[in-house]
Amino acid sequence: MIQVDNLVKAFGPKLAVNEVSFTVERGEVLGFLGPNGAGKSTTMRMVTGFIPPTSGAIRVGGYDVLENPLPAKRLIGYLPENAPAYADMTVQGFLAFAAELRGLAGMARRGAVDRAVELCFLENVRHQVIDTLSKGYKHRTCLAQALIHDPDVLIMDEPTDGLDPNQKHEVRNLIKRMGANKAIVFSTHILEEVEAACSRVIIIDRGRIVANGTPEELKSRAPNAGAVWLRVKGVPALALTDELSGIAGAASAEVMKDEAGIVEIRVYPDHAKAGAGLTGEVAELAAQQKWTIDELRTEEGRLDEVFRAITLPDTVKGQ
Amino acid sequence: MSAWTNINAIVKRELGGYFTSPIAYVFLVIFLLLTGFFTFTVGSFFERGEASLVSFFTWHPWLYLFLVPAVGMRLWSEERRLGTMELLLTMPVTTWQALIGKFLASWLFLALALALTFPVVITVNYLGNPDNGVIFAGYVGSLLLAGSYLAITCMTSAMTRNQVISFIVAVLICLFLILAGYEPVTGLLSRFASARVVDLVAAFSVMTHFDAFQRGVIDLRDVLFFASLMGFALFTTGVIIRSHRAG
Repeated sequence: MIQVDNLVKAFGPKLAVNEVSFTVERGEVLGFLGPNGAGKSTTMRMVTGFIPPTSGAIRVGGYDVLENPLPAKRLIGYLPENAPAYADMTVQGFLAFAAELRGLAGMARRGAVDRAVELCFLENVRHQVIDTLSKGYKHRTCLAQALIHDPDVLIMDEPTDGLDPNQKHEVRNLIKRMGANKAIVFSTHILEEVEAACSRVIIIDRGRIVANGTPEELKSRAPNAGAVWLRVKGVPALALTDELSGIAGAASAEVMKDEAGIVEIRVYPDHAKAGAGLTGEVAELAAQQKWTIDELRTEEGRLDEVFRAITLPDTVKGQ
Repeated sequence: MSAWTNINAIVKRELGGYFTSPIAYVFLVIFLLLTGFFTFTVGSFFERGEASLVSFFTWHPWLYLFLVPAVGMRLWSEERRLGTMELLLTMPVTTWQALIGKFLASWLFLALALALTFPVVITVNYLGNPDNGVIFAGYVGSLLLAGSYLAITCMTSAMTRNQVISFIVAVLICLFLILAGYEPVTGLLSRFASARVVDLVAAFSVMTHFDAFQRGVIDLRDVLFFASLMGFALFTTGVIIRSHRAG
């Protein structure tokens, strides 16, 4: 549905977006991650046809956004950053206006407004002026506007920004549900959101795509993905490290904590030797040595660690 | 067809925007009070002893100088400040449809304000026997004048997200368009420059063209002057909006 090729946007000498390419098919939810100012919003603004790219091509539903913007825009529902809305209108009036611009009239328009109000839980504030709404309601009003014509393509810039935890949860579920038959792109800083709702993640840093894959693929790139963590009582730390790093599938073992006879230790897998069975090997060794194990678990990589590893500036990385 | 639907939706929204806030009512009251004050007190409507609306129309260029920029200053600057411009222009709407819709809405609002001055027409018809054709021409001229100022305000409002700046710049440009043909200024200019230069400068003034309407003449050239002024200002607005988006 969305096809972006070698997108470049220069603001003066600065390249805000640099050779970005990706595709999103129907049924996919693409999460856009990146530090502030990485070029997430700029990319979305170009895909929705708000700003023209310096070079590159964008196709939405087969229509070229630059040469044939109107049919492309008809397919897109867009929630811009900070969820702008006409402050002097009521929620109902604003949604009806959006529906009218989307070419809906009469019964269809009324039906669309009702549906959007219900989807975004706006029933209580339906006749209230937008200026008087709390941030969460304003945000959902703008989201409702993006959903009003049941678009095939949904592009959302930080859809959960400014919502409380319950609302965040609702919006995430909504995204996940709609993702089944739409092509969705959304940006966020919240990593758990990506894990909860996305089928694919793109990490963008200083205008470039630095990672592209499923959340699981990205997590496995974390330094401690697949590592085994265990807490042992009454065994000296040195003996533990010696034994554990001697395991065939292990690359090294690191003592995390050593207090009052309780040692916490992490065993890193040797990826070259397919470290899938590391947990079993560690458990076997512990049984042989008759260690008293308090706790033992396999660590999954955490997305925030991957994110930090990928997006920290080189100067910081070097330290 | 679809273009007209879009323009229509935007006109309705903008007009609604005027009337849901106090702006519309404040403006209408001030406009009507000031037209009354200028016509009857400053313009000495009664002392003239003639059945015409000369004292009514004479003041319009000066009245509009402040009131029209006040109506139009928020048109685009507010959209930019609130970020709704991004919303509007990512809808299936072209920049031109949005531009014309917003302009038409404000012009309709000014037309409404002008229409509400109908009591002066009734008064002058009650008191005497005026040439209603001249009065009609005066109204047409006044509406075109308001449209021209409005188009200029549209342009200045697209330049900045600050309404005050957009207001001041619009007033300055409109003031220039008045002064270029204002008699004290043309008189001063004729001391230095040849008559042809003075005429040329005066031809750019709204005063020169508005005068004809007041005398009851709807000349195609005057209509074209206002139409091209509006066309130019709106075209420039479109270019400014495009350039903002290009970053």
